[in-house]
Order: sequence, then C-alpha cells, then structure tokens
Amino acid sequence: MSQMSLSKKSKVVIYILLTIMAIYFIAPFFYMFFTTFKTESEAIAYPPSLFPEVWHFENYINAWNAQPFGTYFINSVLVTAGTTLGQIVSCSLVAYGFARYNFKGKNILFMILLATMMIPWDVTMIPQYMEFNLFGWINTLKPLIVPAWFGSAYYIFLLRQFMMGIPKDFEEAARIDGCNPFQIYLKIFMPIIKPSLILIATLNMITVWNDYLGPLIFLQDRSKYTLALGLASFKGVHDTQIIPMLCITVIMIIPPIILFIIAQKYIVEGTSGSIK
Amino acid sequence: MKQKSFLRTATPYLFILPWIIGFLVFTIGPLIFSLIMSFFDWPLTSTPEFVGFGNYIEMFTEDDQFWKSLVISLKYAAIFVPLNLIVALFLAMLITQPVKGVKIYRTLYYIPTVISGVAVAILWGWLLDSNYGVVNYLLSLIGIEGPQWLIDKSWALFAVIIASAFGVGSMMLIFYTDIKNIPPDVYEAASLDGASPARQFFSITLPLITPTLLFNLIMSIINSFQQVTLVMLLTNGGPLNSTYFYGLMTYNNAFKHHKMGYAAANAWVMFIIILFLTALVFKSSSAWVFYETEAGGKEKKAKKKQAKEAK
Repeated sequence: MSQMSLSKKSKVVIYILLTIMAIYFIAPFFYMFFTTFKTESEAIAYPPSLFPEVWHFENYINAWNAQPFGTYFINSVLVTAGTTLGQIVSCSLVAYGFARYNFKGKNILFMILLATMMIPWDVTMIPQYMEFNLFGWINTLKPLIVPAWFGSAYYIFLLRQFMMGIPKDFEEAARIDGCNPFQIYLKIFMPIIKPSLILIATLNMITVWNDYLGPLIFLQDRSKYTLALGLASFKGVHDTQIIPMLCITVIMIIPPIILFIIAQKYIVEGTSGSIK
Repeated sequence: MKQKSFLRTATPYLFILPWIIGFLVFTIGPLIFSLIMSFFDWPLTSTPEFVGFGNYIEMFTEDDQFWKSLVISLKYAAIFVPLNLIVALFLAMLITQPVKGVKIYRTLYYIPTVISGVAVAILWGWLLDSNYGVVNYLLSLIGIEGPQWLIDKSWALFAVIIASAFGVGSMMLIFYTDIKNIPPDVYEAASLDGASPARQFFSITLPLITPTLLFNLIMSIINSFQQVTLVMLLTNGGPLNSTYFYGLMTYNNAFKHHKMGYAAANAWVMFIIILFLTALVFKSSSAWVFYETEAGGKEKKAKKKQAKEAK
C-alpha cells in the first residue's frame, strides 16, 4: 500500500483521526503525570487544571515511604526475573523437541498443548491454591515462579514456529562434527532464535510485572507483596488521598513502557510470525 | 549399542519433559481435581462432603446471583467484544495508511496494553470520578452533563467497558500485521478499476483478514469472561452488584466465602459456556471466514471442470 499516494485532503483526515485516537490513549498518562506534582486540594479542584501551581517533587518520596514499597519492588523484580529465566529455559527446550524431532504421539501432544490455552484460569486457580497449600508454598513467591520453569503453551508455540523455519543443514553439520542433541540445541539453536527469546522474555516480563490475581491469591504478608498487589492495597487504604496513589501508579507503569519501547520491534515481528 | 538406540528414542521426550511435568502438575491435575471438587461441599478448613450434583442444582435453582452475574458477563461480552474488534480494526487500518510518522502512532496506541490492570483501574477510577473527574469536566465543556459513572448502576458497566477498551492494542497489532501482509498489487489493480477506498476495504481487506478476525473474536470472548482484575478494582462489583461479573463471583465464592466446591462448580459452568460459544463461532465460521488456499483449490477445481467440459 505504501506505493500508493493519497490526496492531500485524505492525508489531513487521516492525521486528524490518528491524533484524536492518540489523545484517548496517551493524554490520560500525561494528565496523571502532571497531577502527581500537585497538592491534594489542587488535584480535586473543580474545574481541574493541567499543570500544578508549584511542582511538589517530594510527593514521590512521601508516597514511596507510606508503605514498604522498596520491599514490594524487590519482590516484583524477583518474580519477574525468576519466571523469565524459567520460561526461556523450559520453553526453548520443549519447542526444540516439538520443532526438530519426529516421535510417537507428537501430534496429539502438540494439539493438547494448544488446547490448554483455552482453559480459563478460574478453573485451575482453586485446585492450584489447594495444591500449593499442600506444598506449604502459600505466602511465598514459589507459586508465582516455579510453574514458569515448566513452560507456557503460548511461548512454546511461538518458539516452535520460529524453529520450524530454520534449515535442516545446520544441525546435520553439527552432528557430523560430533555434537550431541543437547549441544546442538544449546550452541546452534539458542543463538539463532535469540530474537524470539527476546520476544517471549519481553512478553513474560510485562505479564508478570503486571499480574495482580496471582499475588492476590498466593501472598498474605506485606513483606511478600509485589508492586501490583501493594498498589492495589494502597488504593483500599488511601482512597481519600489521590496523589500518593497516582505517584506509585506512575512508578509502576514506567518499567513496562520503557521495556516495550526498546523491544517493540520484536513484538511487532513476533505477532506477524505467529499468525502465519 | 541397545542403550544408545534407547537414548535416541528418548531424546525428544527428554526435551519436552518440562512441559509434560508442568501439564500434569499445573494443568490437567488441577483441572480434574476441580471437576471432582465441584461435586463436594468443600469448605477450606473442615472436611469435604460429597453432595453429587448439589452444587450445580443449587446454582441453577436457588442462587439468584449466579443468573444475575451470568447476565452481566454476557451483556459485557455482547457489548465489549464487537466494540473491541471494531476499534482494533479501525486503528489497524489507520496505522497502515501510507503517511509519514505513522509508526509513532502505532507505538502510542499500544502503550496502554503494557500497563498493569491495577494501574488502569486506578487511572480510570480517577478520570471517571463524578466529583472531580476530568472526563465529566471535558463533557461539560461541550454542554453535556456527564453521568455518575461509577455510582450510577446504569452507567457502571460502561465505565468498565471504557477502561477495558484501553487495552485494545494487542488485537490492533494482530490485525495490523495481517493487513500489512496483503500484497499491494491487489489494491493497485482495484484502484485502477476505480474501486473507492470503502469498496476496497469491504471487498479486499475484510475478506482477506477473516481468519484473523475469527482468531481475535474467539480470544476476546474468552478474555471477556475472565475479566476480574479491572472490575474488582474499579467498581468491586458495585454499585448495587450491577458489575458483579461472573469471574468476580467465582473468585469471591472461593476466597471470600471459602466455598471451594461451589466455586469450582461455578468455574466449570463458565468453562462449558466458553467452549460452547467457541464451538458456535467455529461452526458459523465456514459461512464467513475465507481461506486463501481453499478458494485457490475451488478455482482450480472449477478450471479443471471447465477443461473437461471443453473436451
């Protein structure tokens, strides 16, 4: 479509539409960001103003100190890093098995893998809670991290798609050189599929960083809270104070936005690869 | 020698072993266990008691909230799913236009998608506040008196829908990559024939992306039934239970009222409804989803037939 040229009039219409939609998606963030520097009374004043009269940078420090947000932050980082490492290792191993081998029951197993994506989380969350309770894992970060080390259907599917496209010659050459299957996976495939590993790492980091229901069910003590859970509980306690809540919200949303902007090339290409 | 060949047979299974263990322990195990639980009265702290279909009977005949929540979730899906698809497709069309700087807009539209549901709930709860919310202020500038979004029970569901529509980016991106894959010469041929942009959209773009439309339709039905986080934090089911979504009811039955068996039954009914709706959509898809290979095949067959007849 890029070869086609549009008339000036239709170009103007397109830019107007693009901008209106951009306002809906982005203006709330800017408005929230400016508001975090206002005083409480300014924030609920009517009519509202866009910029604060005086910029209260200390709002962020006060909000951060209102609860152990440092601890929540560290917990979120631990869960995010632990699951991402687990997904990279487990999903790439499983995807390699499905993409590069023929074995008995492969097609049925792969169909089952795809079917598990349809199971609503609500169905498994209750028995999972009881299972983790039995393991003595409730109120630890384990229920949030350990399952990620056993693969995730969607990421396995994505990685398999990419591995299917790699020519057979690569592993044959390596096999002649005396590499065993694990070495071929580790030394030949892992470097080639690096872009797709970055893709699933990014998707997983964003999902886990933002997850609310998992921590809500499995964690009880404040010392174990993740940032999402801490922010939600903050909302419950400080419903009358809007500024500290918005400050923490800004802090919480910055890491995924930066990550997305850095890795968006992989996300766009990955989406294109997965629908083929 | 024998050992070596065993190892060769076992190799692929060793690679997929992590998933097999995970599937047994974290997916199929809990799935079967939850089905069993649904036939028990299962309080969290005392011993479970077998009640047969008791939970299901109670749900369908005694529990008013079950029907109300089911209707609310169906209503939400009925509004949100088509709206989400139309907005996603509209945005995807916008960001595939050949104008400068369009990639920046693609990034901007996707940003709300990477943000936590907790943050989205806080952000929209604040924007839609009926006392100092900026949305009603902006509406008042154009002479509209905004509703009490989160307090009025006839508007709360729409507040949830507006906040959920914020995350339309991932669906937009799927449409976008699909539209990008349509070869440009198809459009060139059409515009040489004098087809208007609207005509091109309905006769070329839309039919070609129907497989993706099917995928997105199914995914958004599944997601809309599982909506919990946003509604829990934005309205917590209120006002007057007008946004007490099915997923929220299931969660509360399990973790607030500790009726684990009953909640498991709730979840299974939801699962069956999702499967039923998905099957229905799949069944209807043969009437409206257009697969390129299929059409090519038909054309070839038709040509063969013609060739035969010519003989």
